[in-house]
Amino acid sequence: MTQYAFYFLAFVSILCALMVVFSKNPIHSVLYLVLTFFSIAGQYLLLNAQFLAVVHIVVYSGAIMVLFLFVLMLLNLNTEAEPQKSTWLKFAAVISGGLLLITFVASLKGSENMALVQKNPEIGLTANLGKILFNEFALPFEISSILLLSAMVGAVMLSQKEKEAKQ
Amino acid sequence: MNALQSVPLNHYILLSAMLFAIGVIGVLVRRNAIIIFMCIELMLNAVNLLMVAFSAHHGDGSGQVFVFFIMAVAAAEVAVGLAILIMIHRNSKTTDIDFLNKLKF
Repeated sequence: MTQYAFYFLAFVSILCALMVVFSKNPIHSVLYLVLTFFSIAGQYLLLNAQFLAVVHIVVYSGAIMVLFLFVLMLLNLNTEAEPQKSTWLKFAAVISGGLLLITFVASLKGSENMALVQKNPEIGLTANLGKILFNEFALPFEISSILLLSAMVGAVMLSQKEKEAKQ
Repeated sequence: MNALQSVPLNHYILLSAMLFAIGVIGVLVRRNAIIIFMCIELMLNAVNLLMVAFSAHHGDGSGQVFVFFIMAVAAAEVAVGLAILIMIHRNSKTTDIDFLNKLKF
């Protein structure tokens, strides 16, 4: 049962990721990316990482994608008249991306095909992750708060109009 | 609880590699800077998925905590990047990266 769920979610995520790249309208790209993120959250649920699945939906689909949609509609970019690269350049890009994929797949060639066995299925629950986060990773956790604060200050500084410079 | 025994670890690696390659292709193909940002998010998510799979496989929670930090960094990156894009659009009325190839307006 979980096997079929894995392959279904993998199919959906890859299809939606392709649609993100190749759909003409940027709004459609954002909506397909939301679908991709939901299917990846489903993969996290299959891997018994409930906390990460919820955080993924909240942060990515809830915050980041809304930010993208907001900026797209603010800049009024929801048109299909976007300038396209030349056909040869697109062809070369797809070929080089495919070569990268072939390199990744070829590196798997010698590996043994072992099944994913969860040694400790409780590891993804919120209580266990919280214990690890606040015991071993307490300092990076605090540093990431400084990172988020500086990102907030930077975003506000960047997006305000430069009144003093023009006068 | 270990119903995942039927899915090989290699298939997780394949799925992540395909998502990552699609992200790379998107960065190379598109000209809209916002779509390029979205493809970078796609690549980050491919890496996150692989890290969660390996974390579950090894029974070590550190990988999932690391994914948590990647999400925080991605949120900060998107906030600053979109602010830069809004400023560029205010000055030059475009988000086309082929127009923005001189590192100045």
